[in-house]
Amino acid sequence: MTVAAELRSRTQELLAAHPPLETGRLDFLKARFDAGLAWVHYPEGLGGLGAPRTLQAVVDAELEAAGAPDNDPRRIGIGLGMAAPTILGFGTEEQKRRFLRPLWTGEEVWCQLFSEPGAGSDLAALGTRAVRDGDEWVVDGQKVWTSSAHLARWAILIARTDADVPKHRGITYFICDMTDPGVEVRPLRQITGEAEFNEVFLTGVRIPDSRRLGEIGEGWKVAQTTLMNERVSIGGMRIPREGGMIGPVSRTWRERPELRTHDLHQRLLKLWIEAEVARLTGERLRQQLVAGQPGPEGSGMKLAFARLNQEISGLEVELLGEEGLLYDDWTMRRPELVDFTGRDAGYRYLRSKGNSIEGGTSEVLLNIVAERVLGLPSEPRTDKDVAWKDLAR
Amino acid sequence: MTDLLYSEEEKALRAAVRDLLTDHCDAASVIARTESGTPHDPELWKALTEGMGLAGLLVPEAQGGQGATHREAAVVLEELGRAVAPVPYLTSAVVATEALLACEGDAAAELLAALASGRTVGALAVALNAGPGGAYKAVRHEDGALHGELTGIADAAAADVLLVPAEDGALYAVDADAVTISPQVSLDLTRPVAKVTFEGARARRVTSDGAAAVRRALSAGAGLLASEQLGLAEWSLTETVRYLKERKQFNRPVGGFQALKHRLAQLWLEVVHTRAAARNAADALAKGGDDTDVAVAVAQAYAAPVAVHAAEEALQLHAGIGMTWEHPVHLYLKRAKADSIAYGTAGAHRETLAGLVDLQAPQSN
Repeated sequence: MTVAAELRSRTQELLAAHPPLETGRLDFLKARFDAGLAWVHYPEGLGGLGAPRTLQAVVDAELEAAGAPDNDPRRIGIGLGMAAPTILGFGTEEQKRRFLRPLWTGEEVWCQLFSEPGAGSDLAALGTRAVRDGDEWVVDGQKVWTSSAHLARWAILIARTDADVPKHRGITYFICDMTDPGVEVRPLRQITGEAEFNEVFLTGVRIPDSRRLGEIGEGWKVAQTTLMNERVSIGGMRIPREGGMIGPVSRTWRERPELRTHDLHQRLLKLWIEAEVARLTGERLRQQLVAGQPGPEGSGMKLAFARLNQEISGLEVELLGEEGLLYDDWTMRRPELVDFTGRDAGYRYLRSKGNSIEGGTSEVLLNIVAERVLGLPSEPRTDKDVAWKDLAR
Repeated sequence: MTDLLYSEEEKALRAAVRDLLTDHCDAASVIARTESGTPHDPELWKALTEGMGLAGLLVPEAQGGQGATHREAAVVLEELGRAVAPVPYLTSAVVATEALLACEGDAAAELLAALASGRTVGALAVALNAGPGGAYKAVRHEDGALHGELTGIADAAAADVLLVPAEDGALYAVDADAVTISPQVSLDLTRPVAKVTFEGARARRVTSDGAAAVRRALSAGAGLLASEQLGLAEWSLTETVRYLKERKQFNRPVGGFQALKHRLAQLWLEVVHTRAAARNAADALAKGGDDTDVAVAVAQAYAAPVAVHAAEEALQLHAGIGMTWEHPVHLYLKRAKADSIAYGTAGAHRETLAGLVDLQAPQSN
């Protein structure tokens, strides 16, 4: 039997033993994890079967056809996309067994305590300190832009454990219990009026050494795994023509001829073409991946979509004229998901301003393209051999 | 489904064309040729057509061609663009050939086979700036002969035969030695335009529906021009990156300065997008589905400004050297700018697209 056929038959066995319509959602998800059908490429006992990653699609298609519940991957995206691969790559056996199952079923939500007010794009300059005290570490500092912190049970955390060595070498990676005393989550109200993100204040938080991920001082290396997985998860989806933000503005244009002007017409057509070409580029990238020839194009997708989203939504606000002077709702809300299509153009315009900042600013991504794809020289690094404590801040 | 990748055969074809151009079409000789009075390179044309059979890619085997598709022709054009090759490939092997593919009858078939062999060069006598669906000038047909004057005819100087739209709606074939072809001083030295004067030139009718033939020819020309623009933009980016890694100022390679790195990364992004758009148009033309007109309009509207931007960036970032006649960047800038007008401007293609995807202009007052 081929691996794909075996996966198909295992999926059918799961469905027979736990008919989705008669089984509770959580029970079904637990059974799916235990059957090794959560992440087929993970090891046995940890939600997988050691099968090729690409065959996950086989399982997903069978389950979808049977109407099986999913684990709400958008809501638990940080856990799935970032914490899980990092725990798999660097965790102890005990950590993997403890954390991966409730992470995958969504029983435990994760957040990421990386960004700091004083670090930004220079993430390795972070200043949150972790000081060893017997079998525990005592953590003090402030994190920011933390999605889901108010919902999260656990966090992946990077903190400075040695200030006397250059910045990349003095960082250690931890799993932080968000229910611990000393963890304070405050909503961070943003430009849109809602509080999608949080500030997290860590005051004397005690983390047992058994929740360290990787070696002391090796936290930057571990974080690279997390960040690499973050970028991969952005921009890989297949979308139909007019599937992105160009859709709502095109519909408004068709339905509201009284709003049309010649200037906006030219700009709309130009953006429509750029959106279509970006879509084709994404499709080409996908075809390359399927053919086993990944190209460097992926590095540019986030850049392109960030700019397009901003320009398209900006155009839409102008198109609406008098209505563009209005905003749907400034109430401070705490959305679990970013909802681009359920809200008005003004919201889209303001929220998309974050697209060129979150997950790596466009400026940083342009440097990455220039250096890694085009092979241009890197900027001179004046911080390379300087101890963190001696850096200009 | 749309196939946006290159097949193994297409990659092999690219390698073969690139090898040939490396040996027979270096920048210095292209520059020298532009001043020689014979801007086209007949030896290179012979190697591409008689040697490799490339003029017949779009022609079915039964009609004397190679029976390939627009996908392969697009790959050839990428390489010709990368070399700013002074050969009438786009004008003869694509545009004139497509016009004849729309025609029936012996006169058209005979001419098609001759163009496919490459021994005869054809040119559509429509000004290079006319786009698919746009207006173009026709000449007067009277008693089996043509009378009038046409300007802006690309590669007419290299042509053996002209395909000429007449006011009666038909398309005629006219031998080049039956007309007067006066070269115009062209912005693009490697694809020169000419004035063609008809003073009772004997003409053979190839189709009575000249409009359909011209439209098909210009659509293929616009769609595949995107591949030439891709090659041109890629050359501009690659050469500029190479130069900026070597050139030192302020005790550093110039390519290490962030302001320039960002500009080059941005250009790379545009080139990557152009490849997707150009492949999509080539694939759509090859398959001939309902979506072809959208694919062509999108590709040409997107690729034309990118090619110009790439050549302009190449010139600026080569700085003083870019302004010299010896450095080939000017050939690319001239070709890119002329290409941005050829077969319809980006603006004209956007207007076409507005009708195709139901994004209508405001009602005029």
